[in-house]
Amino acid sequence: MTWSEMQPLLEQACWDTLYMVGWSTVIAVVGGLPLGLLLVLTDKGGLLQNVVVNKVIGQVVNVARSMPFIILMVALMTFTRWITGTTIGREAAIVPLAVGAIPFFARLVEMSVREVDGGLVEAVQSMGGSTWKVVRSVLVPEALPSLISGTTTTIVALIGYSAMAGTVGAGGLGDVAVRYGYQRFETGMMWITVAILAVVISLLQFAGDFAARTLHRRTGRTSGLLLFRPLRGIFPGTVATDAVKKS
Amino acid sequence: MITTSGLTKVYRSRGREVTALDGVDLHVREGEVYGVIGQSGAGKSSLIRCVNLLERPTSGTVTVAGQDLTALAGRGPRAGKELRRARSRIGMVFQHFNLLSSRTVQDNIELPLEILGRSGRDRSRKALELLDLVGLADKAKAYPAQLSGGQKQRVGIARALAGDPKVLLSDEATSALDPETTRSILQLLRDLNRQLGLTVLLITHEMDVVKSICDSAALMEKGRIVESGTVSELLATPGSELAAALFPVGGEATGADRTVLDVTFHGEAATQPVISQLSRTYNIDISILGAAIDTVGGLQVGRMRIELPGRYEDNVVPVGFLREQGLQIDVVGQEGQEPVLVKDGAK
Repeated sequence: MTWSEMQPLLEQACWDTLYMVGWSTVIAVVGGLPLGLLLVLTDKGGLLQNVVVNKVIGQVVNVARSMPFIILMVALMTFTRWITGTTIGREAAIVPLAVGAIPFFARLVEMSVREVDGGLVEAVQSMGGSTWKVVRSVLVPEALPSLISGTTTTIVALIGYSAMAGTVGAGGLGDVAVRYGYQRFETGMMWITVAILAVVISLLQFAGDFAARTLHRRTGRTSGLLLFRPLRGIFPGTVATDAVKKS
Repeated sequence: MITTSGLTKVYRSRGREVTALDGVDLHVREGEVYGVIGQSGAGKSSLIRCVNLLERPTSGTVTVAGQDLTALAGRGPRAGKELRRARSRIGMVFQHFNLLSSRTVQDNIELPLEILGRSGRDRSRKALELLDLVGLADKAKAYPAQLSGGQKQRVGIARALAGDPKVLLSDEATSALDPETTRSILQLLRDLNRQLGLTVLLITHEMDVVKSICDSAALMEKGRIVESGTVSELLATPGSELAAALFPVGGEATGADRTVLDVTFHGEAATQPVISQLSRTYNIDISILGAAIDTVGGLQVGRMRIELPGRYEDNVVPVGFLREQGLQIDVVGQEGQEPVLVKDGAK
């Protein structure tokens, strides 16, 4: 395969990945943030303490997280069709990607929000602040650096998952790596996609860390979560294993 | 201004019950600085948190500025609108400041005003005014992480005052500060109390805090208030633990056949040469074991521990003489009225 043959394929694949990962990240953040907050708020001693709701959300999150993505994608087909009208293509892949990422991000949000000093919550309560005010003025802004790290982690994980989206014809870098690199023995194509993924993920991680650290420096706090770097994302799931198999 | 009656708080965890407050009756008058002192675990924190209902008392009532807060609490753990409104009229200062690190100093002070729904211009005017009041006018745009402990507490105090409260609760506000800074923060609280007519309820484990700014004090032990009153009342109470702790004098009897007396002078009596009169009148030798003169709660007070030869029975007449002079006499080692030899405040 020549570069002129590869180039349009890769370009399209990059856009597809960006499209899928971009939208599913947005949905994961929009869905996971309130879910993560609810996990903290409804927990024992929380502002909205509710054991039943807490247990239910916790279980749903656990089950969703323990499901292998490829299975999730198949299991959600009916739901996907109901939402997007199809089970094939980029839009169809966004649904399982988002559904998979919401509980993942929710757990990260939960971890970040738990790090926030309870004294701050008490301070706002003592001023007569409502639970909503506590969430808006304390929990989210104080956890922000850590939430940004969590978002970076989620994006990287989503790029990994999106490699499997090829199975529903959604395209993307992972799909190109599997179809051309693995199935057609195009080793060059394989390494190029892997290289692109590695560069993209490194850049993302760098940008995410930079943003989180900048916020930290301003506010002068430290949190353990920053140290938690997802190595798995650098060689996303199947692509990596297949690459090893092939060579 | 603040009244609690029969306040009880019981914590339950895993079947065990811990009584943090056991029928506390507290009365804080308008415009005074009231200190509650006690060891850690005595229930001070629970008490101050019950005053603005951050903790729900198990039973009993809390009235602040004539409003029964316990009646506003409702049943669930969530604070209703009315309770939140009432809380916004009570300022609170914390041991660890509890400033939002994501906000500038000015924005921190504006937070309670946001809750009260004030306009942006109104908020920043008030915040700058308060920063000026606490002496941090140049720090408006700084982040809390850039401030020293004392400055953080000044911001905490400014924030607590933003809603123009009549009552300020101080939860160990100076316990995380060094002695120098502690003094300046206490001075600030005292000034605010005088300037704004602010009623201050503070809890502390440091006797010095009570000594330097409190008009009244209460001693807490095991969830109960064991002594309370104005500082001068306490000093005038024979055998008062708080008085002894506020104003410690040391010294042990030198032998078995000795009578040890704690003599407390205040007001007129402090100017009389009573000891030499005593010595001359009864022809006895008096040893001074320890003595101190200090200002407590704005009052000049002296206390002296003296030793007379002979048992108490032999000294009834001289003791009577001292009492006649208007002095307060505590006999050390006498049953029933033994002032506790001071264990370094109450830790």
